[in-house]
Amino acid sequence: MACVTPEGKPTESGKKMLNALKSGATSPEEVAKISGLPLFRVRSGLRDMVQADLVKEEEGKYKLTEKGGKFIE
Amino acid sequence: MEEIREEIIHFPRVGEVAPSFEAVTTHGTLRLEDFKGSWLVLFSHPADFTPVCTTEFIAFSQAYPEFQKRGAELLGLSVDSVSSHIAWTRNIQEKTGVKVPFPIIADLSKEVSVKYGMIHPGESKTETIRCVFIIDPNQVIRAILYYPLTTGRNISEILRIIDALQTTDKYGVATPANWQPGEKVIVPAPTTAEGAEERLKEGYECVDWYLCKKSV
Repeated sequence: MACVTPEGKPTESGKKMLNALKSGATSPEEVAKISGLPLFRVRSGLRDMVQADLVKEEEGKYKLTEKGGKFIE
Repeated sequence: MEEIREEIIHFPRVGEVAPSFEAVTTHGTLRLEDFKGSWLVLFSHPADFTPVCTTEFIAFSQAYPEFQKRGAELLGLSVDSVSSHIAWTRNIQEKTGVKVPFPIIADLSKEVSVKYGMIHPGESKTETIRCVFIIDPNQVIRAILYYPLTTGRNISEILRIIDALQTTDKYGVATPANWQPGEKVIVPAPTTAEGAEERLKEGYECVDWYLCKKSV
């Protein structure tokens, strides 16, 4: 996983996505715009972070989980 | 009597929806659908740490901003491992100062290579040849290029094809031989006798009714 370490922590690009979600982004397009990461990386990264329980997806909208929130300021 | 079996291998063709995949890359696990909405240049190379491929990766990396300007992403592929790709791209950066900014598929299982017809046994039974698939934002294959193992690709031509396809999509025109952005484009030829009659009066620059150009 490019956005999650084997220990289940977000990488630098993972943290950028989590910060984008914290600042109000809910779609991959918004996360890409705020984080400056390419859209394909965001789509794949969000998928990985959902699997790692750092992010949750409900009806196409992404949100931080409690666990994900602990890794960002 | 010995049964004769002929294996029919399907190669993706221009105008078809690109075959879907999920693959391990240097940027994590990526799916074709992750690129939806962007143009995508999916290209294969024979092997990491080989001379022609190294020159191509330097050239693709240097041209990456030009691809981005056109809303296009790059995705490399070979049958090497992720560790090999990482070691090779780090070596390229160390020796030449060029950072490879795009992901590379590690197609050890050859799943993607086979789906896209990237292995041509006449050239090599084990390596992918130099294929280029230009895929549009709707994930339709718009152009395919094949190069032999010994010939490095012309990156300017790949950019030119994207420019031509984007111009065609935007204006409903075609582009002539050796066309470059800013040059005149071809107006689609009329398909009726009446249309042919009218064409020469429509103010285009025409050689004859079937070959007319205009600026866009």
